[in-house]
Amino acid sequence: MNKPKSAASPSEGPSRSRTVRIVQAGLEKRYRAEKRFRLLGLSAVVCALAFLAFMFADIIAKGHTAFQQTCVLLDLFVDPDVVHVGNLDQADYQGLVKRSLEKHFPEVTGRQEKRELYNLVSSGAGTAVRQKVLEDTSVIGKTIEVWVPANDDVDMVVKGHVDRNLPESERRLGNRALGWIETLESQGRIAKKWNKTFFTSGDSREPELAGILGATAGSFYTLLVTLALSFPIGVAAALYLEEFAPKNRWTDLIEVNINNLAAVPSIVFGLLGLAVFLSFFGLPRSSPLVGGLVLTLMTLPTIIIAGRASLQAVPPSIRDAALSVGASRMQAVFHHVLPLALPGMLTGTIIGMARALGETAPLLMVGMVAFIVDIPRGFMDPATVLPVQIYLWADSAERAFVEKTSAAILVLLAFLITMNAAAVYLRNRFERRW
Amino acid sequence: MPGMILLSLLVLSSAAYVLGHRRVLRMVGGPAHARNLASRPRYYGTYVALWCAVPALGLLLVWLFLEPIVLDQLVLRHLPDAYRDLPPERLSLLMNDIKNLAKGGIVSAQAEPAVQEAAEHYRRLQGLAKTALWVVVLSLSALGLHTGYRKIHVSFRARNQVEKVLHVFLVAASTIAVFTTIGIVFSVLFEALRFFRLVPWWEFLFGLKWSPQMAIRADQVGASGAFGMIPVFTGTLLIAAIAMGIAVPLGLLSAIYLSEYAPRGVRAAVKPILEILAGIPTVVYGFFAALTVGPLLRRLGESVGLSVASESALAAGLVMGIMIVPFVSSLSDDVINAVPNDLRDGSLALGATRSETVKRVVLPAALPGIVGGILLGVSRAIGETMIVVMAAGLSANLTLNPLAAVTTVTVQIVTLLVGDQEFDSPKTLAAFALGLVLFVLTLVLNIIALVVVRKYREQYE
Repeated sequence: MNKPKSAASPSEGPSRSRTVRIVQAGLEKRYRAEKRFRLLGLSAVVCALAFLAFMFADIIAKGHTAFQQTCVLLDLFVDPDVVHVGNLDQADYQGLVKRSLEKHFPEVTGRQEKRELYNLVSSGAGTAVRQKVLEDTSVIGKTIEVWVPANDDVDMVVKGHVDRNLPESERRLGNRALGWIETLESQGRIAKKWNKTFFTSGDSREPELAGILGATAGSFYTLLVTLALSFPIGVAAALYLEEFAPKNRWTDLIEVNINNLAAVPSIVFGLLGLAVFLSFFGLPRSSPLVGGLVLTLMTLPTIIIAGRASLQAVPPSIRDAALSVGASRMQAVFHHVLPLALPGMLTGTIIGMARALGETAPLLMVGMVAFIVDIPRGFMDPATVLPVQIYLWADSAERAFVEKTSAAILVLLAFLITMNAAAVYLRNRFERRW
Repeated sequence: MPGMILLSLLVLSSAAYVLGHRRVLRMVGGPAHARNLASRPRYYGTYVALWCAVPALGLLLVWLFLEPIVLDQLVLRHLPDAYRDLPPERLSLLMNDIKNLAKGGIVSAQAEPAVQEAAEHYRRLQGLAKTALWVVVLSLSALGLHTGYRKIHVSFRARNQVEKVLHVFLVAASTIAVFTTIGIVFSVLFEALRFFRLVPWWEFLFGLKWSPQMAIRADQVGASGAFGMIPVFTGTLLIAAIAMGIAVPLGLLSAIYLSEYAPRGVRAAVKPILEILAGIPTVVYGFFAALTVGPLLRRLGESVGLSVASESALAAGLVMGIMIVPFVSSLSDDVINAVPNDLRDGSLALGATRSETVKRVVLPAALPGIVGGILLGVSRAIGETMIVVMAAGLSANLTLNPLAAVTTVTVQIVTLLVGDQEFDSPKTLAAFALGLVLFVLTLVLNIIALVVVRKYREQYE
């Protein structure tokens, strides 16, 4: 701080002029104001950072348990009457699971009670059994031990997201089911296992069977379309505007347009996609192709602006040197200027892609919000993307989807941070100061 | 299928490149004499390849666009007269059935024999079109190859030709931004005008009641639903105001702290973190607002005896404000740094403290830029969708109470348009009218902001 010297010696007798006295009288107060202001600035920064920390902590706290899935160990008799070599694919495995549950709890008799018992395990439990049988058909006719996924309500109780001491009316699981869970736990038949399903399956109405692979594949295809279109077009537009365009009204108009498009709300691009790509051109709804086209229009301004900035950073001497040895303007630009500007353009592209990856609103407009179980295999298949999946799950009523949503957010953020880190690395590795 | 065609076009044009390259070298008498050519040999190759690929690609695009339309017409003409006189909506439903049937999918009703026959016809035509497309595109490509191959000779200026094509591509790429804007304006305006034919524009702009849901139940179009956008607009402004109330002080103060006070190390650490904050997808903020901040505020309100709606404007605005903080702070940081140091030094030399310098000298000098940044922030807050879709309400309440649930323009657009709806009801068209309002509003804000920022920049350069 630049304290004036006079502050060190407060009073030096009546010889000091009146001005100095007035200034000194106010100094104390002014320094206090200074300190206050500085503190205010610091607290603003701390406030923003604290919010970020709070949000991350909250999402991680909610989401980290989704990477594990509660499973139940069942002794299961693979009845040769139900499963035989002829019907390995379609046998009633779920029925086997039900019978095994009945054997574990022979005291259960009533219809209502039995249904409650069956609900302990997921409706996908049969799939786990089927897999076991397909792996080794010799188990037919024997009793095997198999881990099957528990139902989401059980999962929530075991993970402690639902308080067991709540009155029964406020729980989704009744006292009876809770008793069964405790019995199974005391037998060591309940354990939390690595949740592979979350990474290998598509969406599902059952939280314990829902995964993000479908949405990730959708995001991948959508981004592929976006990248394939926006990178060449963005680079070409930046090249033209920076290197070839004459300065006239038309190019001014283009510039204003680009700057303005960069600030148009993303949902408006969705309206454009709906009206032009879906209604006018009749492209398939919900397809990564349309999503990618919309995102292309949205990311283009970002890429063009970044591209122009990195072209401007290339010194004119490079162009002059190339032109002076007889290169045409095209050759000078494509052989010499572009390679030097490319790292900067790539950085801008990655940042644009990261933004496209996190974009939700315009994709809602072009129908990428459908409930889609199958994993998309191409650009025309109906698909959804990660952020939209997050939105859909966040809307679901089941408590277990909160956990899934948070976990999906963590995956999405991991992708984004990787992309941004790549951009930063690229910038540091290839940036040249002229 | 287009993928395979593209692939074979790629193969063909690579072959064309090699052929052209070889031919011109042979003409000039081997690679050793390449300097006698008017252009470098690879330009001849590229020239032939362009001839081979470009016309074929153009045809492919046109074909893919026209094929469904032509096929529909052909199938329609094949249908018995009774079907052709159906109203357009029924007809398009019928076409859907035919297409689904042809694909082997599920249809909405038991197919009648005529429809089944049409589906069969459609499938036949589709097969025919597919073969025709292959033949036409590939032969055009071959024709192009032949033409290009014939055209090249030793003194042919291949480079100029190739560069001309490249130039056209560059110009075309740069005009896409303009076409996008035109596309936005037309698509939104066109549908909005259709909406205003059903609902008078003054009712839309000045009406005090918004309840679009009623419109689908009543049969008479536009007569039942209420489409007054004032409550929706008020809700948008309320949430945006809350957001800016958070974002402006936080963003501005942290920008001032970072650029005027913070030690170098702190600045280097905090800036990237603020950038992370800016890069978080809005759906994440929305989730956080809906599941954590909303309930938190509700409980907080209950503990002091206030009734807070679980989808209160405050929760959405608060989180949106945090989202905009890095935006405001990075823009303000730029303009504060652009203020020449002479001004600071002069003020400090007169004995002003740092805070006095900031408040009386730096901020006034940077004010236009900061205002521009804030305006851009406002336009963001108004156009922000996911946070409000997830955390704000659906019902349009005309209120300024931040603890109540309000709805916004973007929320209404999403709720009106998500899901399958007929394109003619005032309900879906209303979304486009709202989109028009949103676009015009943000456009005006952006233009003012850009003008202000640009004017300011000229001052110190």
